Amino acid sequence: MASWWKYGVIVLLLIAAALVPQGLPTFWISIATEVLIYGLLAMSVNFLGGYGGLVSLGHAGLFGISAYTVGYLVTRMGVNHYVAFLAGVLLTLAVGAIFGGVAIRATGIYFLMITYAEGMVVWGLAYRWAKVTGAENGIRGITRPELFTKGWQYYYVVLVIFVLTIYLMWRVLNSSFGLTLRGIRECEPRMAALGYNVQVHKFLGYMWSAFFAGIAGGLYAYYNRFVSPSTVQLSVSSESVLMMVLGGVGTFFGPLLGSLIIIVGRNMISLYTARWPIIMGTIFVLTVLLAPKGIIGTLSAWWEQRKKVSAGVVEIVEASARKEVGAEGEVRVGTESQS
Amino acid sequence: MKQKLQIVVAVLVLVALLAGCAQPAATPAPATQAPTQAPTQAPATQAPTQAPTQAPTQAPTQAPASKEPIKIGVLAPQTGNTAASGQDMINAFQMYWEEHGMQSAGRPIELYVEDTAGNPDTGLTKARLLVEQRKVHFLVGGLVASVGLAIAEYVADTGTPYFIPVIAADDLTQRRRLPNVVRIAGWSSSSTNHPFGEWAAKQGYKTVVTIAEDYAFGHESVGGFVNTFTDNGGKLLAAIWHPLGTMDFSPFLAQIDNYKPDVVFTEQTGGDAVRFVKAWRDLGYDKKYPLLGNQTLLDQSNLRGMGDEAIGLMSTGHFAEGRDSPETKAFVEAFEKRYGLIPSYYAADMYTAARWLDAAIQKINGNVEDSEALLKAVREISFEDTPMGPVKLDEYGGTIFNVYLRKVEKRADGKLWNVVVETWPNISQFYKYNPEEFLKQPVYSRDYLGENWP
Repeated sequence: MASWWKYGVIVLLLIAAALVPQGLPTFWISIATEVLIYGLLAMSVNFLGGYGGLVSLGHAGLFGISAYTVGYLVTRMGVNHYVAFLAGVLLTLAVGAIFGGVAIRATGIYFLMITYAEGMVVWGLAYRWAKVTGAENGIRGITRPELFTKGWQYYYVVLVIFVLTIYLMWRVLNSSFGLTLRGIRECEPRMAALGYNVQVHKFLGYMWSAFFAGIAGGLYAYYNRFVSPSTVQLSVSSESVLMMVLGGVGTFFGPLLGSLIIIVGRNMISLYTARWPIIMGTIFVLTVLLAPKGIIGTLSAWWEQRKKVSAGVVEIVEASARKEVGAEGEVRVGTESQS
Repeated sequence: MKQKLQIVVAVLVLVALLAGCAQPAATPAPATQAPTQAPTQAPATQAPTQAPTQAPTQAPTQAPASKEPIKIGVLAPQTGNTAASGQDMINAFQMYWEEHGMQSAGRPIELYVEDTAGNPDTGLTKARLLVEQRKVHFLVGGLVASVGLAIAEYVADTGTPYFIPVIAADDLTQRRRLPNVVRIAGWSSSSTNHPFGEWAAKQGYKTVVTIAEDYAFGHESVGGFVNTFTDNGGKLLAAIWHPLGTMDFSPFLAQIDNYKPDVVFTEQTGGDAVRFVKAWRDLGYDKKYPLLGNQTLLDQSNLRGMGDEAIGLMSTGHFAEGRDSPETKAFVEAFEKRYGLIPSYYAADMYTAARWLDAAIQKINGNVEDSEALLKAVREISFEDTPMGPVKLDEYGGTIFNVYLRKVEKRADGKLWNVVVETWPNISQFYKYNPEEFLKQPVYSRDYLGENWP
């Protein structure tokens, strides 16, 4: 696609996002906020999984460390909101260094299992460490910073931080580091043979991913004003992976679209039936069967295919003008032309 | 061909999104004869009765309220571990309103049922949906304590009245009480066990070992029993805790033999209750020690899954389905006729809560928009008899009721149920303690079971 097309779409999306609070009632503004937060989490999973080839099933743990840190510091220790947010992200990075250091020794399904276990460690701590996390009752009463107490005000905060964060993500993915990461996804032995330190790159990739997940977690704590073990349970991790798959693994905006579909879908479908998990599940299964590249992945592949087909048509037309195509339409390559 | 399929998928997803977008942002105010709305209720029990608007039961002393429907947000788990009990809650609540023509004080009643999935995050989202999008006048329900605490925090901000007939977290009407959260027709985990501990001590039991699920409800239930048991000369030898969803009780039961107590007290819910009672008999403990259970161990919702091993077991509760009273009998018969099951306490509480709300709404002539007036009316109401027995509220928003000493028996038709052996009337959440003194102590937990207090 021509660049101006892409930028135009992005600008339109930004305008639409900015207009959300004007048109919608408070409930849907909070849903939109949730879409952005979980979209960021899904994009962090995609950073490591889609671009780096390491799909993690434990990102809810990283998300939760940040959320619980913010919750604990703000409600139990009266720490300033901004400082608490920073602390949340830093703690996620610290724990991410440990988790990542252990996990990147493995690949593929083993990486999946290790990250799953790491996510469950966080869940276990959240559930049992009652003095700090409040066990299954969680941490309640997290206040928002003074200027942003209302739903629509907080939505703008989340929107701005979201845009800045994904801009950073975009820059990282298109830097030489990002390209190396993609190379490692494509063929690790080749990259090693070329002299890249594959382990260091994977580790740094994990750290970046943890950084983005930590930001999402901090935003979540202020959004929901309540953190509990359900924030870090397995279904949050698996949903973020599903959002990535639904939208398109390895596409930039895919996970955000996945987040939109799943969160909006879940809230709307459950208005009509208690059986909404079946409907959501059916959508996933259909997508995986019929559109395994995800929605954006499939659309962009289709677009590429169209371009190739039309390019091919143009080539045949030009070739026939140069009389390299015979009466029955057969193409003669590199032969003398006939009048 | 594959391309066409991909297009179909994309279109399907878009259509689903658009269909949702067609939902109007604000709920439209329908005309007076609105039928019951239970959009999330997949199995419709029967068509709701469409009664014409009746004259209010008392002469209005002020201008009559608007004729717009009264919207009630009903929260219960429809999925997850506690789904069966959640369904009892919804069924009983709906049954009351359908028996009374889906109206109160001349205004039609609209029920919006939402699934909490037994999970505070989901419960919170649904509470927000009900209050902000459906614009309900008040909320009722919730089953799991963590859900109740999360929603209570939310309504503290919005001021929406929230009624909790089932949630038993002690602190919601004690240290964490709020003016707009009221436990109508409800109970708290320790309240039915306070009289039990005293009774056990008076039976001559000197030592007890407790075994319970390791979470707040378990801690509070055990705390209630141990507090009064130790006050009356008993001694707690050990408190055994096991995780929710324990499949094999043998290692935990084996610990009891280390102490050889006079009696064993247990708290269990759901699947744990069924497995515990079975293990108790299968491993031979029913021959070794007398067993006393909390309300949920032998509640009807769990009894349905038990066999003869439950017969003769004793527990205390604020509801006994076999109670010999016209109110209880009528309720049990009606519920059984309609749903084919003997009602559990979840059903009894929600049914009584519906009656409570009906009375309160009529008292304020249907003016539910005035939350203050509604809450005031609710607090003033009491009943001489209900399926649970006589009920009223204390100053803290907690219920005062009868506690029954119950025994499991087999009915003539072969089903198990709880009959009443003894009744202790007028039991509040503070039992015989001075409320202010009681509240100075921390809430019951693993570390505090009231052994050395007072």
